[in-house]
Amino acid sequence: MTQASLFRQITDFANRANPYPLYAELRKTPVLHEEEDGPYVISSYWDIEALLHDPRISSDAANLAAAGTDALAQAEETGGLPPSFIRLDPPEHDRLRRIANQGFGPPHRPRRIENMRGELGPIVNGLFDGLADKRQFDLVDEFAYPFPVTVICRLLGVPRDDEPKFRAWVDPLVASLDPDTRENPDADFVKAAQEARMQLGMYLAGLVEERAKEPREDLLSDLVNSEGPDGSMTMMEVLSTAVLLLIAGHETTVNLITNGMLTLLRHPEVLERLRGDPGLSVRIVEELLRYEPPVQIVPQRTCIADIEVRGVTIPKGARIWLMLAAGNRDPERFTDPERFDPDRGDIQHLGFGSGIHSCFGAPLARLETQIALSELARRLENPRLVEDPPPYRPNAVLRGPRHLEIAFDGLR
Amino acid sequence: MPADYVDWLRREGRIVIVGASLAGLRAAETLRAEGFAGELTLIGDEPYEPYDRPPLSKSVLLGKASAHRTELPHRREIDAKWRLGVAASGLDLMANRVRLADGDEVEYDRLLIATGVRARPWPKPEEARLDGVCVLRTRDDAAGLYQRLKAGPRRAFVIGAGFAGSEVASACREMGLPVTVAERAGAPLAGALGGVIGAVAADLQTENGVDLRTHVMVTALEGDPVGRVRAVHLSDESVVEADVVVVSLGSQRNTDWLAGSGLGAGPRGIACDAGCRAFDFRGIVTDDVFVAGDVARSPHALFGYQFLSLEHWGNAVAQAETAAHNMICHGAERRPHLWMPAFWSSMFGVNIKSVGVPPMGDQLMITQGSLAERRFAGVYGHQGRIVAAVTFDNTRWLEFYQRQIERGAPFPVEFATVDRRPEGRPMDADFPDPSLPTHGPMVTLSGYSPADQQLVFHPARH
Repeated sequence: MTQASLFRQITDFANRANPYPLYAELRKTPVLHEEEDGPYVISSYWDIEALLHDPRISSDAANLAAAGTDALAQAEETGGLPPSFIRLDPPEHDRLRRIANQGFGPPHRPRRIENMRGELGPIVNGLFDGLADKRQFDLVDEFAYPFPVTVICRLLGVPRDDEPKFRAWVDPLVASLDPDTRENPDADFVKAAQEARMQLGMYLAGLVEERAKEPREDLLSDLVNSEGPDGSMTMMEVLSTAVLLLIAGHETTVNLITNGMLTLLRHPEVLERLRGDPGLSVRIVEELLRYEPPVQIVPQRTCIADIEVRGVTIPKGARIWLMLAAGNRDPERFTDPERFDPDRGDIQHLGFGSGIHSCFGAPLARLETQIALSELARRLENPRLVEDPPPYRPNAVLRGPRHLEIAFDGLR
Repeated sequence: MPADYVDWLRREGRIVIVGASLAGLRAAETLRAEGFAGELTLIGDEPYEPYDRPPLSKSVLLGKASAHRTELPHRREIDAKWRLGVAASGLDLMANRVRLADGDEVEYDRLLIATGVRARPWPKPEEARLDGVCVLRTRDDAAGLYQRLKAGPRRAFVIGAGFAGSEVASACREMGLPVTVAERAGAPLAGALGGVIGAVAADLQTENGVDLRTHVMVTALEGDPVGRVRAVHLSDESVVEADVVVVSLGSQRNTDWLAGSGLGAGPRGIACDAGCRAFDFRGIVTDDVFVAGDVARSPHALFGYQFLSLEHWGNAVAQAETAAHNMICHGAERRPHLWMPAFWSSMFGVNIKSVGVPPMGDQLMITQGSLAERRFAGVYGHQGRIVAAVTFDNTRWLEFYQRQIERGAPFPVEFATVDRRPEGRPMDADFPDPSLPTHGPMVTLSGYSPADQQLVFHPARH
């Protein structure tokens, strides 16, 4: 048997802990097309950056389904809800994202995220209280997961105590984003994802109906009561947007915080600097978004015209994978790209994507991770990795450790 | 010993920069950043350290930013002698001397001219002197206009619907002030973006309550007995009462002080080569005089080597950096100034951006979105190639179109794009006849038409 294709090696769970040598291999063929029905895999920084701004690339789930071999693209959008804006093209994408933004940022709510700063500290302190008597803990389950979940619940207006309930629906949905599953979905799996999406939608519908009658100071209220030049969202649009924000609002941040602490523990000199200078967290988070981005791949794009990239013509109808994490370590773009260096001045990373689909929650993710990492550095006495590499989650797209055991000598 | 000369210049030469605004400051910083250790002098006619102008027609007029709080951030120490509040009044190329308005003289070994432009004044001086008649270019202009608008005039009148005039009208409406705009062409922004896009801008103005008058000229400004402006007379014989009149007729290049110097300077700017070295009036390139910013006219490889004058913020920065670099290095290390023209504006809540040279295009094609929704991307074509693009509230795609321009991609656009509408067919871009005087587009073209070109840019790592 010949060696598995590069593409298969990247999605192979065995390589999850360190895919970076594979990415380096990948960049030698910046436009890689190994299997007839497979995607075109793009791995160099400038090409990814250009394609993220290319109007010949569609994010529309319907186009992706037409491109074949992606049963899940269809499955996800059934389950009773219309596609969310991440799976739509303009003008629908633009309209929904603008309305969603009315509750999230400027010009309507310019201070919403910054105003949460004061709330984030007490949430983090509460999590440290739970560690007071311990000398070892799992960063994922005891910190990096509960923190952003609490934050997104508060922002949206979802009761924090309902987390066990909605987690049962979120997990199959997140698993369905794993390319390995996407390539070979079995019937039960598709059905489970559909079912989960529907259940989550129904759960949120109850909350949204309350907010329609009695608005509060939360994002769900703003979504359901939006008005303006773009009109308002239909109830179904509100629900798919709420599902998207709830999931995207914490699944990625968990990985950013965990990847961050893992990286800092592997670079103790940076951790030590951060302890003395919390302001350094701003640059650390940007470098993390380059060095260990929580979204490694954008796998859900389709060409709607022939596109030439480095002399290769990607035909109309073909699927494209944009390897953000590979582009982030492209030596054509970054000096010494394999080095974790928060002091690099030139840090225009692809960690949040770019173009019209660039991360909606970026300001929140930045703030959460800056606070999480600087507090971890400040509070934990002599933190050490118990296991390196740690066990990983299966997902190659939303890549991060499943657990990260950290031993420490006490809390400061 | 020219090689030794550069080494000597870098160590202990004297560089003088005339013009202490965006281009002058960025050039000074670049000189120091690249190791110039000699004596550096900045000469500026305004009494202020370099400040940023784009906010002056936007947030400053709305009172959201103070006119005296728009200093440009410094990228580094420049250790320069500042001669502020005194204009340069002459140049002696033989003696390497700049004359100042106060009679002083400053000697240089290399000179950078970045004197920019000034607002074109109302042509009748006695009317221009009426109280309430303003232009908008400087910080003092903006502070004065803000005070007048804040005082709540019965009506403001804007002469000329280019970008600056339209931004002033937008600020007036946001403050709830009645405003009339008069434009000689058929629509606002027509000189810069053509009549098709201009029609969108016209709708934007009228829907926001601007009293827009097109195809008219202002014939006279009428004052009251104490010398305050009272009314504006138009070529269609109408009269509009107004107590603030903003003259927004484009700009004039600050080259008067170079008259008789022998430099190739005139109303269209100072001609220079792609390396920013000024030409003298015989068309021979000078060795020690460089030009950057709004006042420069330089050939551009992407646009048929036409000499372009660009009143664009980004151009001032890029050209200043290139000029400064070239001033202190040997010939083979010099770089050409190949900046892609680009500008932005915001008015009535809409963000407008453009790349390339729209007035060079004769055809226009809306490739994404819709004119009616005022949210679109459009490309301009000339002789079968894309030469420019414009977006209204659709900025994130612009980079793609910039690359198309850089590659000399074919026009009309044949490929599919997301959000293509049935209206997306090529049409006449409808630029006004360039021989008619208007407020003037922000790009001045001259020279030959672009011939076939196939250039691919590879972005460099810095």
